[in-house]
Amino acid sequence: MTSLPASTEKKLGLVIDLDICVGCHACVVNCKEWNTGGYGAPLGDIDAYGSNPSGAWLNRIHTFEITPEDAPAQIVHFPKSCLHCDDAPCVTVCPTGASYKRSEDGIVLVDEDMCIGCGLCAWACPYGAREMDPVENVMKKCTLCVDRIYNENLEEVDRVPACVRTCPAEARHFGDFADPQSDVSKMVKERRGIDLMPEMETNPINKYLPPRPKSAPTNDKRPRNVETDSSPAPGSFLDWVDRMLEKI
Amino acid sequence: MHPAISVIFFTVSSGAGFGLIFLICLGVQLPESGLPAFLVSLLAGGLAVIGLISSTFHLGHPERAWRAFSQWQSSWLSREGVLAVATLAAFAIYALLWTFTGNRVETLGLLVSLLAAATVFATAMIYAQLKTVPNWHVWLTPAVYLAFSFVSGLILAGMINAQGRILGIELPWLIFICVLGAWALKVAWWKRADRIGFSETGSDTGTATGLGSLGQVRLLERPHTGENYLTREMVHKIGRKHAMKLRLLALIAGCGIPMVLSAIAAFSSSGELPMALAVLSLAIGLFTERWLFFAEAKHAVSLYY
Repeated sequence: MTSLPASTEKKLGLVIDLDICVGCHACVVNCKEWNTGGYGAPLGDIDAYGSNPSGAWLNRIHTFEITPEDAPAQIVHFPKSCLHCDDAPCVTVCPTGASYKRSEDGIVLVDEDMCIGCGLCAWACPYGAREMDPVENVMKKCTLCVDRIYNENLEEVDRVPACVRTCPAEARHFGDFADPQSDVSKMVKERRGIDLMPEMETNPINKYLPPRPKSAPTNDKRPRNVETDSSPAPGSFLDWVDRMLEKI
Repeated sequence: MHPAISVIFFTVSSGAGFGLIFLICLGVQLPESGLPAFLVSLLAGGLAVIGLISSTFHLGHPERAWRAFSQWQSSWLSREGVLAVATLAAFAIYALLWTFTGNRVETLGLLVSLLAAATVFATAMIYAQLKTVPNWHVWLTPAVYLAFSFVSGLILAGMINAQGRILGIELPWLIFICVLGAWALKVAWWKRADRIGFSETGSDTGTATGLGSLGQVRLLERPHTGENYLTREMVHKIGRKHAMKLRLLALIAGCGIPMVLSAIAAFSSSGELPMALAVLSLAIGLFTERWLFFAEAKHAVSLYY
């Protein structure tokens, strides 16, 4: 079971648009909310309302600063969850068969009743996509909301992962990467979607769309420097006041 | 990486146990039979078993540990479990025959020796397979584990019978040479670990975020203000602060003192006492070395934190 399928019929996953994400953490919160009542054991917390809270989350948002050589720095909010890799190293290291990748849709899941909580899968993942539940002591990870996407009791519009459904900026998209005509495949092609740490040879399914190029500010449109640019125009009234006050 | 005491104890203790099993079953000179033979076997098997039991303490669900025997086709951790049990079962038969008949069955012994070596190799591969931890992901890791397991077994054998010989060499002198060789491998391992960082995979915050082509990337804000499982388990930094002092301690206790003691043993009529002291000193050295093995190791996920 912990051998990876040779290929999967579908390759379900997410596209995350780093140009659009505003870092509001709504996907993080809705992920926790849905998954604490959905597939498997609840997502546990320790000291949730105390001074040192800690708990299992399947999606977290980091914020990075990019400084180009010839332009001002820019901020990128960076949501990170399981990438459902084609060559998932977390699956093959599992000693019990609890970790597996589904041959029908490529989703990587943990059978929590079989998990011994050894943590080796979390060590094998370069992305930090797996977290041990502090209450149940089993490994938790993104299920791509497997209990939503096929759930016919939900309205069709809700049959997407909770993070995608809730994103107010529509920075997250869900679809089948095995189908070149799917929206996600087209987006990745058009915007040159990127893999995280390709050198780890995990072949992640989830893709990230890099921020669109910014127009470079020209010299005269450069933001005013308060220190050097704040002296009044020569010959003006304020310039006269400035000079008079200097003399006192 | 978080240095879990249960896992450190496991790798050192089981390593020593399987090392001694390896030597017993290759026919190193030891008591003829009877109670002494049984006690020697108990020491070897006991060290291996205590280590294995300790390793289950770091599991979230130790009661399900039996499930770990199922995935030997793909998982090194599973292989290690299967090999450990197979080695101990075969060794139990060897030990019983030795105890009650005095007969040390060579073919069975050879099989047990191979299994013991394979078990230690599998233990090391649990770490060496991880591309996410560049310090560990190298052939030197299994080489060092096998060398320390062999040396531990050798010193234990010297403690039991300092007059023993392997390939015509007296045990104390063999220990003298092998201790030096094992730590030379470890020093090579440390030198590589100091050199590589993440350079072997080329990973940095730029590749981790995929944004490196746009400019210099640095973390501005963590996803949360407190710690989480990932930062506790994999973004552990304590080890690096005192690493050099601890390496020196490991070298003195694990290499220098055992070498001096084995030289003393070689020239004294009863070398067992110095060898017993060497066992204690080596244990201190190996516990320190193993603590550093975890505490110094950097995990790829730290590029996100």
